[in-house]
Amino acid sequence: MRTKIEMQGIRKEFASNGGELQVVENVSLTVGDGEFVAIVGPSGCGKTTLMNMAAGFLQPSAGSILIDGVPRSEPNDKGILISQQGSIFPWLTVQQNLMFGLNDHREANKKGVADHYAAMVGLNGFERSYPHELSGGMLKRAELARAFAVKPEILYMDEPFSALDALTNLRMRNELLRILAEERHTVMLITHDVEEAIHLADRIMVLSPRPTRIQATFNVDLQHPRKLTSPEVQKLRVAILQELGVDRNADFTP
Amino acid sequence: MNRIKESLPAIAVIAVLLAAWWMIVVETRSVIFPTPWQVVTATVELIKDGTLWAHIGASLMRVGVGFSLAVLLAVPLGLWLGWVKGAYSTLNPLFQILRPISPIAWIPIAILWFGVGNASPIYLIFISSVFPMIVQTTAGVHTIERRYLNAAQNFGVSRYTLFRQVVIPAVLPQIIVGMRIGLGVAWLVVVAAEMIALRSGLGYLIIDSRNAGNRYDLVIAGMIIIGLIGLLLDGLMRLLEGLKSVRWRYAH
Repeated sequence: MRTKIEMQGIRKEFASNGGELQVVENVSLTVGDGEFVAIVGPSGCGKTTLMNMAAGFLQPSAGSILIDGVPRSEPNDKGILISQQGSIFPWLTVQQNLMFGLNDHREANKKGVADHYAAMVGLNGFERSYPHELSGGMLKRAELARAFAVKPEILYMDEPFSALDALTNLRMRNELLRILAEERHTVMLITHDVEEAIHLADRIMVLSPRPTRIQATFNVDLQHPRKLTSPEVQKLRVAILQELGVDRNADFTP
Repeated sequence: MNRIKESLPAIAVIAVLLAAWWMIVVETRSVIFPTPWQVVTATVELIKDGTLWAHIGASLMRVGVGFSLAVLLAVPLGLWLGWVKGAYSTLNPLFQILRPISPIAWIPIAILWFGVGNASPIYLIFISSVFPMIVQTTAGVHTIERRYLNAAQNFGVSRYTLFRQVVIPAVLPQIIVGMRIGLGVAWLVVVAAEMIALRSGLGYLIIDSRNAGNRYDLVIAGMIIIGLIGLLLDGLMRLLEGLKSVRWRYAH
């Protein structure tokens, strides 16, 4: 597999009250082309900082980030960030949001692409709706569609579904897998939900508490669709939770 | 039906006040202060001889011109101040000093510069409504959420698209709030300006009615008409808040 993202010796410090707060300590990782990598870690460990550096919104204090072997500088539409809060523009309709990143001089072409992706995520009939008229799950669909519409090579997903209720969360994961089967993308997913990581990813990295580094890596050699109740999944889940320092006995009480 | 029910207490309060006013005037046998009925007949009189429309027209024209000029300057200026840090730190202190100066305090200077024609009140309206609109627009730019600007940057859109599809629509709700405040102030100021410097308008109607024979029925008629038109103007501005592309900001 060709290397898509390469992070080498990444460190990140923030100035805080005169001192320096080290958030990321020496992280190196690679993500293959078309690979789905999940990064799990305790809350506040610097996951989001790591993701913002990968997507180009933050510069690392030290280390290098290469995308396709080229140093990453500014964010661009080759890699779209999808965050937990979402960033669908509330003042534009669904269709206008989906057309936002498209570069085509003909309005009709843009509309065509927007409507194609709206249909792909099941938002047909809502093209003219405003975001405040949609549910949380539909907003996420719009967000995914807007990202897919510009045909990015990489999706950076920062806890994309964690604000959704459990049922919608599960639906969105299946939806994402369905779309990824159609359009191949490299995905970097950050989550604190171990089950979500196992459900979606090819490889899972566990981060340590702050200052964060990669503590363990797990390959998920399971065919899609994955059965979340299967013994293999449960075994993997326990192993990852142990890495995260969660008491396995407590975790098994219903 | 519900709306009627909701406004019943408000109507009741006004009715009680009117009744009390009427009773007090009758009881004290006041010769100067009019009864509500005398105010009504005075209004009818103004409508019949056509002066009411002329005064309303004159006041509205001044507000219309002064306020429009203020919008044309305040919105682009506010956007610029909000977007460019250097512009903000250079000009904001000056605006903060000018802003609390009552428009009434500007009247002597307005007369000096613009005479006693229409230009003076237009200038006063401009000066009174431009600052709240600049402040609101600038604050609107400052409060655009980072995530939206990040998204725009992420999709690599042109500067033109950034402004047309992100910055301006994101600030629009705040601009409308600024316009509501600005128009409210403008309406307060036009009446005050007309009381001092002019020969037409609702403010002139009030001051002239008092000076020319203590016609307090006309004074009160003028006051009520000013109140009602102010309410109407605010209602028009409120209609803007109902636009679908800005409702996200007001809907809670």
